[in-house]
Amino acid sequence: MSLPSEVIEENKNEIKKDWQPKVIAFLCNWCSYAGADLAGTSRLRYDSHIEIIRVPCSGRMDPLFILKCLEKGADGILVSGCHPGDCHYATGNYYARRKFATFRKLLEFCGFDLRRIHFSWVSAAEGAKWSKVVNEVISQVREAGPIANMYSRRENQL
Amino acid sequence: MARIGVFVCWCGSNIAENVDVVEVARYAATLPGVVHSVDYKYMCSDPGQKLITDAIRTQHLDGVVVAACSPRMHEVTYRRTVATVGFNPYLFEMANLREHCSWVHENKAEATIKAKNLVRMMVEKVKQNQPLYQIQIPVTKRALVIGGGIAGIQAALDVAAGGYEVILLEKDPSIGGHMAQLDETFPTLDCSQCIMTPRMVEIVQNPNITLYSYSELDALEGYIGNFTAKIRKKARSVDITKCTGCGVCQQKCPAKVPSEFDEGLSTRGAIYVPFPQAVPNKPVIDREHCIKFTKGKCGLCEKICPAGAIDYNQQDEIVEEKVGAVIVATGYDLLPKDTYAEYGYGQYPDVITSLQFERLVSASGPTNGELKRPSDGKIPQKIVFIQCVGSRDASQGRSYCSKICCMYTAKHTMLYRHKVPKGEAYVFYMDIRAGGKNYDEFVRRAIEEDKAVYIRGRVSKIYLQNGRMVVRGADTLIGGQVEIKADMVVLATAITAPKGIDKFAQKLGVGYDLHHFLSEAHPKLRPVETNSAGIYLAGACQAPKDIPEAVAQAGAAAGKVLGLFGGKNLCREPIVAKVNESTCIGCFICQKACAYGAIEMKGLKDRKGNVIKVVASVNTGKCQGCGACTATCRSNSIELEGYNDQQIYAQINAIGFTND
Repeated sequence: MSLPSEVIEENKNEIKKDWQPKVIAFLCNWCSYAGADLAGTSRLRYDSHIEIIRVPCSGRMDPLFILKCLEKGADGILVSGCHPGDCHYATGNYYARRKFATFRKLLEFCGFDLRRIHFSWVSAAEGAKWSKVVNEVISQVREAGPIANMYSRRENQL
Repeated sequence: MARIGVFVCWCGSNIAENVDVVEVARYAATLPGVVHSVDYKYMCSDPGQKLITDAIRTQHLDGVVVAACSPRMHEVTYRRTVATVGFNPYLFEMANLREHCSWVHENKAEATIKAKNLVRMMVEKVKQNQPLYQIQIPVTKRALVIGGGIAGIQAALDVAAGGYEVILLEKDPSIGGHMAQLDETFPTLDCSQCIMTPRMVEIVQNPNITLYSYSELDALEGYIGNFTAKIRKKARSVDITKCTGCGVCQQKCPAKVPSEFDEGLSTRGAIYVPFPQAVPNKPVIDREHCIKFTKGKCGLCEKICPAGAIDYNQQDEIVEEKVGAVIVATGYDLLPKDTYAEYGYGQYPDVITSLQFERLVSASGPTNGELKRPSDGKIPQKIVFIQCVGSRDASQGRSYCSKICCMYTAKHTMLYRHKVPKGEAYVFYMDIRAGGKNYDEFVRRAIEEDKAVYIRGRVSKIYLQNGRMVVRGADTLIGGQVEIKADMVVLATAITAPKGIDKFAQKLGVGYDLHHFLSEAHPKLRPVETNSAGIYLAGACQAPKDIPEAVAQAGAAAGKVLGLFGGKNLCREPIVAKVNESTCIGCFICQKACAYGAIEMKGLKDRKGNVIKVVASVNTGKCQGCGACTATCRSNSIELEGYNDQQIYAQINAIGFTND
């Protein structure tokens, strides 16, 4: 979904110069968390405005976690698990994918900018992919701007 | 009020270079509930660990956060450390300041802010942690091995050698599997029966092994350490306690049935022992072909049996065996013979399969080892071997390599030349795959010493010219077509998973791939385990394998079983799901989400013993701790210990307050 251009313009004006985004990432223990570890051991630099919460499996993800993050001021969300077919728990990532696909639509319906909501597959061997994914996600979140602006805009509309 | 200790590690300069660790420790001390916060150069060193244990004692901590490297690196180390002073290891958490922070961010000010956030989130999580205790599961120290081929036999012998009881299950009347049918084996050309039959005899002589031949698994219930196997002993129609194995019955039986053991190249009676070295060496009546059973007449075997062992009224018998582990060694089948019409199998009697060739050259075979072709009994002077019949053929749905055909075809050309010194052997191949100890040398020997002619290309058709078969194919190395007149054609048909193995795998709760080969838990690091704890794989049921590999995998599976049986109990990490029975509504959506069948039904009873409610219950022996159930539960009644909702929400609630 792309937001109407006037909203994007408005957003640009509202972003303060020293604003930095806050992205919360939920990573499965076996693939993406280990992939992020590998990015570290390989010293691959990436944007620091992401904080990681470890879950055993992306299938552990309750969509409400995402909602709670957004409510608590996270500007963007990333959920990352094992590649399809590689799930440590056989099928957990498929559950995550299905839930995520549905929930993303719901968030879109509620007016969330989908540039804030991301899903990826990163294996334990893909340190480089992890750093790339993080940079891409954060740059999109930067474009979407502070989530606080969205909430205050909503309040003004009401 | 919580009493949390925070221990910030410098990791030499690994963390300290990009994160102001002193500032992080100072900040941590200001967090609510934190009563102790220090930084140290190497927290994982002995003095570093002592800092933690001393603080647990002197500060009476009820939660510990170590802000250092990845928990995948040192979580186990610190859990052990805190446990040495009687502190529950699950009241400890790690904040990952190295792999996820100092090593990946250059701006020290930003990295320090992030480090503070990570520490704060972990402090909030650890406040929600509950002491957890290792799960002890009692283990029945008996193993069930399914399949009595070389893999199953090896696995059974190895487990029995460890001093444990083994139940060996074989669906056919005799153990031995495909290996018993082979003549000589690559790369040593030692006789298969000479190395196989002593193993088969060992099975019956080993006091730790109970053999159920002509038996199948009806059901497997339970979980690791505690399975119940329902075994169907099929009616043999022969009382094997009375039978002496004299063999009179099979000599006199008037029925003629194509012999499975000889791949249809000879016949057997309806009452038969599959082959002379069979174990057990007791006959069985094939009711489908027995005249007594099909027409109600005959009864000759009953009349002549000197021991009175024939029992036409015998019924299938179900026995239950309790076992702690299962090794699946169900082997393979060959591609159905009618699949490739262009090769004329079934149309021309002298087009045979490789396994039929084995029987033709075997000293125990239908021709007593003389190589006579099936049509007229003449000795073939020219044989064409066609490789990859059905293997590596994605158009027929089999993209995989059957792995053993390159080697046994090279062996066949040698055996042929040893029997017919002037015979000409031609081999149509795609690639020669001879990886393995002494394998490539073996193929070179076939080509250089035994003069096998290898032609790189596929065969397009086989047709008759003046009553003789002509094989037409491509030679891609000379870039042209070749035609070879052949007295016999041998097809290296693809190895396939046995028919119906998918249903069998479902019975066990074991996964299988596109081609119905059973799935290992991890292709590299857990090659003999399945995703169902306590069930292991051996041999060609997992993928095409030669004998050395099947034997090696059987030994590995046995090693896993011995490891399981070695301890007093099975110890499990307590990261498992737990049901809140008072709020569970019994919808069992969690049961559908569980990949391990770990969710069971449990009836809650009132004082009079009436079931008032059925709720979910987690079998901690099966649960692997993924949390799929937790995320699926509609009434929030099932929690994953160690990653429960309170713990994750505590972390989420702590994401705010940045940039201070």
